[in-house]
Amino acid sequence: MTPSDPLFQTNKAVLAARLKAILPAHCLLIDEEDLRPYECDGLTAYRELPMAVCLPENEAQVVEVLRTCHHLGVPVVARGAGTGLSGGAMPHAQGLVLSLARLNKILRVDRAARLAVVQPGVRNLAVSEAAAPFGLYYAPDPSSQIACTLGGNVAENSGGVHCLKYGLTVHNVLRIRVVSIEGDILEIGSEAPDAPGYDLLALLIGSEGMLGVVTEVTLKLVPKPELAQVVMASFNEVGKAGDAVAAIIAAGIIPAGLEMMDKAATAAVEPYVKAGYDLNAAAILLCESDGTPEEVAEEISRVTEVLTATGASGIKVSQSEAERVRFWAGRKAAFPAVGRITPDYYCMDGTIPRRRLAEMLAAITAMEDKYKLRCANVFHAGDGNLHPLIMYDAAKPGEWARAEAFGAEILELSVALGGSITGEHGVGIEKINQMCVQYKTPELETFHRIKAAFDETGLLNPGKAVPSLHRCAEYGRMHVHHGETKFPELERF
Amino acid sequence: MQLDELVQRITVAYDNRTLLRIRGAGSKDFYGSMLAGELLEVADYRGVVAYEPSELYITARCGTPIGEIEALLSERGQMLAFEPPRFSGATVGGCIAAGLSGPRRQQAGAVRDFVLGVKLIDGTGQVLDFGGQVMKNVAGYDVSRLIAGSMGTLGVIAEVTVKVLPQAVAEQTLCFALNEGEAISRLNQWGGQPLPISASFWHDGQLWLRLSGARAAVEAASRKLGGSVAVDAQKHWNFVREQTHPAFASPQLWRLAVPSNAPSLNLDGLQAFEWGGALRWYAGDLENVREEAARIGGHAVLYRAPESQRCRVGAFAPLSPALLALHQRLKKTFDPKGILNPGRLYAEF
Repeated sequence: MTPSDPLFQTNKAVLAARLKAILPAHCLLIDEEDLRPYECDGLTAYRELPMAVCLPENEAQVVEVLRTCHHLGVPVVARGAGTGLSGGAMPHAQGLVLSLARLNKILRVDRAARLAVVQPGVRNLAVSEAAAPFGLYYAPDPSSQIACTLGGNVAENSGGVHCLKYGLTVHNVLRIRVVSIEGDILEIGSEAPDAPGYDLLALLIGSEGMLGVVTEVTLKLVPKPELAQVVMASFNEVGKAGDAVAAIIAAGIIPAGLEMMDKAATAAVEPYVKAGYDLNAAAILLCESDGTPEEVAEEISRVTEVLTATGASGIKVSQSEAERVRFWAGRKAAFPAVGRITPDYYCMDGTIPRRRLAEMLAAITAMEDKYKLRCANVFHAGDGNLHPLIMYDAAKPGEWARAEAFGAEILELSVALGGSITGEHGVGIEKINQMCVQYKTPELETFHRIKAAFDETGLLNPGKAVPSLHRCAEYGRMHVHHGETKFPELERF
Repeated sequence: MQLDELVQRITVAYDNRTLLRIRGAGSKDFYGSMLAGELLEVADYRGVVAYEPSELYITARCGTPIGEIEALLSERGQMLAFEPPRFSGATVGGCIAAGLSGPRRQQAGAVRDFVLGVKLIDGTGQVLDFGGQVMKNVAGYDVSRLIAGSMGTLGVIAEVTVKVLPQAVAEQTLCFALNEGEAISRLNQWGGQPLPISASFWHDGQLWLRLSGARAAVEAASRKLGGSVAVDAQKHWNFVREQTHPAFASPQLWRLAVPSNAPSLNLDGLQAFEWGGALRWYAGDLENVREEAARIGGHAVLYRAPESQRCRVGAFAPLSPALLALHQRLKKTFDPKGILNPGRLYAEF
């Protein structure tokens, strides 16, 4: 996607020779056929072949690789499991991919302190599995949790279906060890509730591999609730479902999870998972309650009252753990289920104030006609995070371009409605243009200066997450709204 | 007061390299290393800009008193879950800048966990907007949370948006007679169980434990835990939150943040602890307090002391050379001439 970058001119032979000197042969890939699997992450529409892939087995090797790249001026793209959906781990043509997949050990699960110390290549779900014997678990649960790794979760500030109550990655990480591009090791945060100085943990979490490479993560573990139950409610109008979400929150309830799926999404999921969804409903809501049995009973009855009052056409409460898991299985499988009914799909990640939901969904319906593409909607309704899945066929000329334009319009509408272009997937390469819509020049300049404070030569994940001002000027030129030009202070070219 | 006036003051200060000392209600003048610079009073830039109970956020200008915000939230059954100290008229700007959280921190999270967005005036007088009003937003670096606890050294918080939560339906406080070691060990055992514990405070052989949540959950936990039900509990937690409890009375007070299950420290002068054992308060002229805190993986803040002492030993634990250099580069990013609250966090900037 990115044309060869004039900023970086890497001599592959020199790079390969230097890497061979510091890494064992099985930790280095340089042949094209070996590099091919790394050309994209979960966002397959954007691809690039790197010059090399390094798979270090310990922190010392990570340090050596980064020092070498710093010395040679070679771009570095860190990568976990490659499940990201914004192209954050898409390689740089003049650079190398630093895969942390082999740093995959759980170093410590501390029952008394309720924390786990893990390497970045450990899978999200593996932490909860390791903590389960102690009645503890790691709360953030992105849908890709069986595959995605903690290093990637830190880079993206991943969420999941339970983050309304339990928070995002930033709320559940206590400490990280980070290697700078110069190869210096920094300890950020601690096992205490806070650390001296600036909250660098907050700055680094979600920084998309732009500021440093994580080699160790300390996670907060929380007690597993005694019981969880989920209420499934059907609505014959999407707007009513949106109102029900607001009404639950307004009633003083913070459910453990609050998710919505529209008819297109349930229709895709039901034949695949057989979750028992109401296929006649315009939208369904899944509302989970967890805690002590007494607490759950009390909350479920309050939720049921609110859902009835807001016009739910049907309500089902899970009667067993198996049934609860089945209700969720459909939601968690929504992406692959949509993948079964269309050759390709493009997943968006805007967030909006909950009260604007019906408006947003109506706009998306209109966009389906405009771009002649179908769209299924799954929605972390509790925290306003929408995942429209735009269906297209990459083999048909023009479809990807239409899907991309469709997605861009959704994101820009998210900003206009008072939200954000990304709730949990990150900006990566995908939403780089929409960053120009969400932020003005002074904020973007501040982001660039923050980047330079960590990585002066700009070698970590170049071209991602924060657009250059020139790129924004170019994008602004193409998208003039109401005759107002953004970035008026920049020369046009 | 208008935003323009604040911007103007900072722009002029930037041009003239005038050092500024940002001040809201001044309720935390005692906190931090050094107070230096011309006073920049921001208390008059006040008022709630937006409050959406069903969206769980409130946006307010920096000079808005915490008490005023909480009164508004209370009308809709909501609260600031991090329970910041209100002291005498503390403002929301100062609350975010100082980053001090109260009794509910262990259960609900710290100030930074609730910051959703800031409007910041940087050290050159530029107005910057970071974050927003939605719960999830990963576009760009998370500058809003970085600002929490930065002691005004990165910019003047003109406006802030924080997440709010519903008040608990029921609360009950239990008391237990336990020595320090027993209390720490008990709290950590309970911490690993699904119990609705929302605050803990130990002082002089007595542990107070607050339960919050659904009525049935509080009642069930209360039966399970035993102890005696405290009377006047709300008053007690208010003393703790406002630090008017006798445990905080010493003119020389150290705040130690440590791993919650760290055993008794090798220090004299323990006054109290909170947050399940993770926040411990010591009084006196303690020699090895920073080393001792560091030994168990924590850090010590000289929380309250004569200014001369705070300047001499620094209010906050020193940073490693690599981290200090990074702090200085970040400081320059926001405040290139170093005019905002110089020395309040560290003498080096």
